[in-house]
Amino acid sequence: MAHLLEINNLDVKFDTDEGRITAIENVSLSLDQGKVLGIVGESGSGKSVTAKSIMQLNPGNTIYNDTAEIIIDDENVLKFTSKNDLKKIRGGKVSMIFQEPMASFAPAIKIGYQMVEQLMLHKPLDKKEAKNISIDMLNRVGIADAEKRFNQYAFELSGGMRQRAMIAMALSTMPKLLLADEPTTALDVTIQAQVINLMKDIIKEFNMGVIFITHDLGVIAQVADDVAVMYLGSVVEKGPVNEILKNPKHPYTKGLLNALPDINNLDAPLKPIPGNIPSPLDRPSACVFRTRCPNPTHDCKEGNIEMGLIEVEPGHWVDQCCVNCG
Amino acid sequence: MSENIVSVNNLSVSFDYQENFLSKKQKIKAVNNINIKIKKGSFFGLVGESGSGKTTLGRAILGANKISQGNVIFHDDERDFDLTRITAKEMKDYRKKAQLIFQDPYAALSPRMTVRDIIAEPLEVMKITNSRQETDEKVREIASKCRLNLEHLRRYPHAFSGGQRQRISIARALVSNPKFIVADESVAALDVSIQADILNLLKQLQNELNLTYLFISHDLSVVAHVCDIVAVMYLGHIVEMAPSRKLFSNPRHSYTKALLSSIPSIDPENKSTAIELKGEIPSAMDPPSGCVFRTRCPNPTHDCKEGNIEMGLIQVEPDHWVDQCCVNCG
Ligand SMILES: Nc1ncnc2c1ncn2[C@@H]1O[C@H](COP(=O)(O)OP(=O)(O)OP(=O)(O)O)[C@@H](O)[C@H]1O
Ligand SMILES: Nc1ncnc2c1ncn2[C@@H]1O[C@H](COP(=O)(O)OP(=O)(O)O)[C@@H](O)[C@H]1O
Ligand code: SF4
Ligand code: SF4
Ligand SMILES: [Mg+2]
Ligand SMILES: [Mg+2]
Repeated sequence: MAHLLEINNLDVKFDTDEGRITAIENVSLSLDQGKVLGIVGESGSGKSVTAKSIMQLNPGNTIYNDTAEIIIDDENVLKFTSKNDLKKIRGGKVSMIFQEPMASFAPAIKIGYQMVEQLMLHKPLDKKEAKNISIDMLNRVGIADAEKRFNQYAFELSGGMRQRAMIAMALSTMPKLLLADEPTTALDVTIQAQVINLMKDIIKEFNMGVIFITHDLGVIAQVADDVAVMYLGSVVEKGPVNEILKNPKHPYTKGLLNALPDINNLDAPLKPIPGNIPSPLDRPSACVFRTRCPNPTHDCKEGNIEMGLIEVEPGHWVDQCCVNCG
Repeated sequence: MSENIVSVNNLSVSFDYQENFLSKKQKIKAVNNINIKIKKGSFFGLVGESGSGKTTLGRAILGANKISQGNVIFHDDERDFDLTRITAKEMKDYRKKAQLIFQDPYAALSPRMTVRDIIAEPLEVMKITNSRQETDEKVREIASKCRLNLEHLRRYPHAFSGGQRQRISIARALVSNPKFIVADESVAALDVSIQADILNLLKQLQNELNLTYLFISHDLSVVAHVCDIVAVMYLGHIVEMAPSRKLFSNPRHSYTKALLSSIPSIDPENKSTAIELKGEIPSAMDPPSGCVFRTRCPNPTHDCKEGNIEMGLIQVEPDHWVDQCCVNCG
């Protein structure tokens, strides 16, 4: 069966005053219907740029490589140019939810009005039908008094409720693919637990594919089926969540896990990854992680090593230079 | 000499709040009748969700918030500072002893000052040093303790990463040689690896400089790792307080239990057993009577309204304090 989403050999560069920077290099990912792919990595690793590439939401200074493909339903999204084509993805087949729900709602327009507008843009519905669907969706995400909330502004809702309303809006068009960029990061932990449970139920019910972006490995462990670990624009390791978290191969993945304070293991010292993330302007050649690798097996510069993911266990892929390193 | 460095006694802090100029003034009790003693040399953790009053309590201890009721006493070696009746002159002295490290390493540093000037500013404002040379010496000393590269002191903050900026903030807070530090969400904005580095640095500095921390955080895993004692806040109240291992292995209050169970486990096979709390924290303008947690309590033992229950912490085990209404609840 074809994948719901396939990203092949994606490079993303931005032209900036300081020069051309590489935000994403040679990323390939796939996602099936009904599955959750988690993307983890530190700030600046390229998680959001990856998601925005799928929605074609990157700004005007973006350069994609010619050989890249982002395939949804046999169509390469990167070749879309017309408004109509783009409409098929944005808010149609694909919906996106963000860390800051205020960004999704215009402050001076009632939530319900925005939901109805959005829905009518993508589905042949009249106002009344769109309103019914929207209120139903608000109900389904656990918003009490949905009819009342429908007539309120975003600022009148609490943080957790806004997040629910945003999820309701994103789901009302019945997308096949949901891109969730740090959807729980700004929430308190008890509210985060509510939203995670809600999202799990909805993913099951709607049988969507989901890309769940977060820097929180605990959240990934709870929601994802598969994980891709990104560092400085590259996917250095990917595979089933259990494999990646329990049997990590790449020293960056191991480093992330060692730095994490685990509530169930208070005696484990917190071990930072040495050094700092290099600027994307001087991205290391060959192994991107080599400036911080705690135990380089050799001098992993261009020419000395081969790059590219290989499969070490079924479904578990890691940069080949690094299968037994570190 | 007291073994405590800070005593907070029946402290309440209220704010006047007015939604707009037409609506009537309301009172928000951000901190409600709190009692804590912070032992010298401890890493005292304060956890709770946003709006629970953590920052307000921290600021009240630093003398940056008006105290509405009760008092805060800072026990210095030679003398006590009573924050309720502190004079402007004493306040100048107190500022040298008690300092704040901010949350946001991006917003906290003035972009137009060099790193050297940022760290030196407190020395100059508090007139601690007498010459530029002495100032420079102190700046270099603390900068190297905070593992900053001394060759970078002439640079501007924008040239630094988040972790380095947080080290600059820490150096600035420590340069006046304080004894007590309030670290308010000081690692919340950082990636895990940088967070680990900063937490290790705080620990190391504590040993080297004999510091006491009030460490404010909403992240229980972080608190569990660094703090020796932890107080849990909810809607202006402390509902439970214990040595951290005890608190995390044997929580008594249903809010603490729910908080702990809400931390997503990094073991994918250990799928969530979160005690799901209904709804959200009520508004601090209109807190529930009786047990403040009762609108979200998953298993109220009885109807815990005003009149039905007694509030206030009691000691259930040595150093383990729980709201008395809730010792065996939930
Ligand atoms: N429009 C743009 N112009 C120039 N550079 C950009 C642009 N958008 C992103 N970048 C750069 O691309 C890289 C990847 O950014 P991205 O936002 O995807 O990171 P992220 O993994 O989502 O990080 P975070 O966890 O902070 O959200 C960063 O170096 C970022 O500065
Ligand atoms: N200056 C202020 N004026 C009015 N209300 C305030 C002020 N500072 C804090 N509050 C209120 O006091 C309560 C506690 O806030 P805060 O101490 O910042 O909580 P935390 O740090 O735990 O998130 C909140 O309801 C907040 O909105
Ligand atoms: S051993 Fe070499 S290839 Fe592997 S992570 Fe370290 S630097 Fe990269
Ligand atoms: S059982 Fe009663 S007193 Fe205890 S937390 Fe629940 S509501 Fe509060
Ligand atoms: Mg991002
Ligand atoms: Mg705060």
